[in-house]
Amino acid sequence: MLRFITGRLLQAVPVIFIVITATFFLVRAAPGGPFDDEKVVLPEVKKALEAQYKLDLPLHEQYLAYLSDLSHGDLGPSFKYPGRSVNEILFSGLPVTAELGLYALLIALIIGTTAGVFASLKPNTAQDYIPMSLAMVGICMPSFLLGPLLVLVFGIYLEWLPISGWGAIPGDKILPSITLGAAYAAYVARLSRAGMLEILSQDYIRTARAKGLSEWQVVIKHALRGGLIPVIAFLGPAFAGLLAGSFVVETIFQIPGLGRFYVQAAFNRDYTMILGTTVFLSTLIVLFNLVSDITAAWLNPRLRAQFSGGER
Amino acid sequence: MALLTVDSLQVSFTTRNGTHQAVKGVSFSVEPRKLTAIIGESGSGKSVSCYAMLGLIPTPPGRIDGGTALFDGRDLLSLSEGELRAIRGRDIAMIFQDPMTCLNPFMTIGEQLIEPLLVHQKLPKKQATERAIALLDEVGIRAPETTFNAYPHEFSGGMRQRVMIAMALINEPRLLIADEPTTALDVTIQAQILKLIAELQKKRDIGVLFISHDLAVVADIADHIVVMEQGEVVEQGAPSDLFSAAKHPYTQKLLDAIPTGQRVSTLTDPKPLIEVQQLRTWFYPNAKAAPVKAVDDVSLTIHRGEILGLVGESGSGKSTLGRALLRLAPITDGQVSFDGTRVTDLEGNGLKEFRRRMQMIFQDPFASLNPRMTVYDTLAEPLLLHGICAKSELDRVIARLMDDVGLAHSFIRKYPHEFSGGQRQRIAIGRALATKPEFIVADEPVSALDVTIQAQILDLLMDLGSEYGLTMLFISHDMAVIRHIADRIVVMYNGRLVEQGSTDQVFNAPKEAYTQSLLASIPGAALQ
Repeated sequence: MLRFITGRLLQAVPVIFIVITATFFLVRAAPGGPFDDEKVVLPEVKKALEAQYKLDLPLHEQYLAYLSDLSHGDLGPSFKYPGRSVNEILFSGLPVTAELGLYALLIALIIGTTAGVFASLKPNTAQDYIPMSLAMVGICMPSFLLGPLLVLVFGIYLEWLPISGWGAIPGDKILPSITLGAAYAAYVARLSRAGMLEILSQDYIRTARAKGLSEWQVVIKHALRGGLIPVIAFLGPAFAGLLAGSFVVETIFQIPGLGRFYVQAAFNRDYTMILGTTVFLSTLIVLFNLVSDITAAWLNPRLRAQFSGGER
Repeated sequence: MALLTVDSLQVSFTTRNGTHQAVKGVSFSVEPRKLTAIIGESGSGKSVSCYAMLGLIPTPPGRIDGGTALFDGRDLLSLSEGELRAIRGRDIAMIFQDPMTCLNPFMTIGEQLIEPLLVHQKLPKKQATERAIALLDEVGIRAPETTFNAYPHEFSGGMRQRVMIAMALINEPRLLIADEPTTALDVTIQAQILKLIAELQKKRDIGVLFISHDLAVVADIADHIVVMEQGEVVEQGAPSDLFSAAKHPYTQKLLDAIPTGQRVSTLTDPKPLIEVQQLRTWFYPNAKAAPVKAVDDVSLTIHRGEILGLVGESGSGKSTLGRALLRLAPITDGQVSFDGTRVTDLEGNGLKEFRRRMQMIFQDPFASLNPRMTVYDTLAEPLLLHGICAKSELDRVIARLMDDVGLAHSFIRKYPHEFSGGQRQRIAIGRALATKPEFIVADEPVSALDVTIQAQILDLLMDLGSEYGLTMLFISHDMAVIRHIADRIVVMYNGRLVEQGSTDQVFNAPKEAYTQSLLASIPGAALQ
């Protein structure tokens, strides 16, 4: 088990390294620099600024300097927020984004698995078609459409919920979480339906029925364990998607999370900020994929035996 | 009074292609303390009848159209789902064919075993566990306390079937329905399980309804046999009457299909075609573990024109040996020579030419045929690949092949899924013959087929063998089949050859203890 985890972590190192390198050179290849905005800056001032942020060095030296800082966990100073380091900014935005992501994930899991399991029990009937059609709509509807739509209905027409902010007014966390979670609820619903249908057609489900278990006992005790494994395995990639999606949702709802800093950094050519966020997020994504893979494998007794050192 | 009386049971399935009558007015009864066997081929409606009584067929598409099934004075067919559920697993229990797939791989043996007790008798968990452990011991599971917390994948097929039996018996049912309980098992394990069922039945006073496709299996244990064909009962009666004087032609056909007799070798002046010396195929699961010796120091000779039977149980290495001869499995050590050429040294084009001369037929014709290729494509591929005939001749050669294996020419543009199991195996045989091989490895070619089809395919293989002077390695776990077809027999156990000799010698004067136990396990003594 430990060997599996270390192996996977070692595999992650080159992945993250490639991400860093590609991002480093790509942001610099993009036209414009951090200090080329519309304000007229004296050439000497600009030069001094560039010297301060090591932008006057040859590219490969900048790259090596960045790597050396990074190896100490230092993501460097922000170019656009003078006096603040990227580390500081990341950790101020992280809790908000993490909370938003968590709520969205919970919504996705609760609604998604319920709908998927429900649909799988009576395949090809209304009980199947209605939630699955809704799921299709959920997948097709982008969050920049769903968000404003929810705001329009629940915020403006019905006046039930606040339309923006995070943690300022009670209930302001509901709409962003739903907006972010909806598409994933739909994916989870489809995955859990497919997983459950597969398991429900297995011979051991017939065995369970032959033992006199009620339909609910069959589903909950015998089918769910295997049927939801695809959902668990999907959580890793879903987490990556949630982080990317949160940028849009944070912008729509004016939420001070990581996403807004990231988007602004891209517009501002805030090199260190872009790099720092990318490195941080890609590390998180790799970790979460690992965790979800391990969990999915752990839930399968056959694979578990291989992990813990051979079968009996 | 009968324990279960089924009267004119009718079941149908509605599919896109219309309504299919799976069971057309079936009547039979099961007496207490007796074993009633239902015999029939796949699609005869034998399993559907039993599942329908217990509400275990999906409705829709299934539908019970009529009839009664009286159990204990109550008609099972008119009970509500809740009432039926109270009977399932308590008064009527079931065991199924494939113990590999019938136990939940995500739950421990113990969890599954005590479930019927918790559901029906509402026993506390501790008490249920004690009872389960005692029962595991009774069905012959060693160290039941540790077994209790193990998962199904940690067991062999025979052990899993014992667990299934324990699970069925745990509530002391009065009727046990066993659906092909030994079909997926090795012959020695089958003998053990049959013995166990018979013992438990006497000890616990239960009626058994035993579903099987194999007359030989039920011949020794049944008190009453019901023969089904295409949803109807064609004949029923005591085994002795049925075997000595079958009235219905279908029963007679089933009896005739049981491979009997012993092949007498017609081979005069044997010349070796294949010589195998100290062949080893070892697999290394990982660097640390000891190698799995799938084939270990096997030496044998196959003569030109003979059918050599290779017998062994699952895991004995017989398939690996067959594949290694064709270089389809890795060879760790040793020599294989074919017609004087060292096969083990061949590479590239030499190997390709050699592959043309040796072909393989697999057990499962559905899995080994490409579902996206028509019969024509399947047969044309080896012909073109090896340049055996010109494009202009292709149609004629393929038509000839289809004649050889007994397929109508009108099938030529059809896909594998449009055929029955037997027809698919004919296609697979045609594909093997296409390259005009001298040697064929047939790996359990009839094991997945119904008995009557099995007999046809065996005849086909023997006819083709003598017509084209083929040499064949015929791999099987079924002793009766081997005896019927083979000139000579080799017996494999744990990767090694334990015995070889002429068919007569191996069957009538086996030297090794293992061979003797294999022979003793052959079901159907009552038929001989």
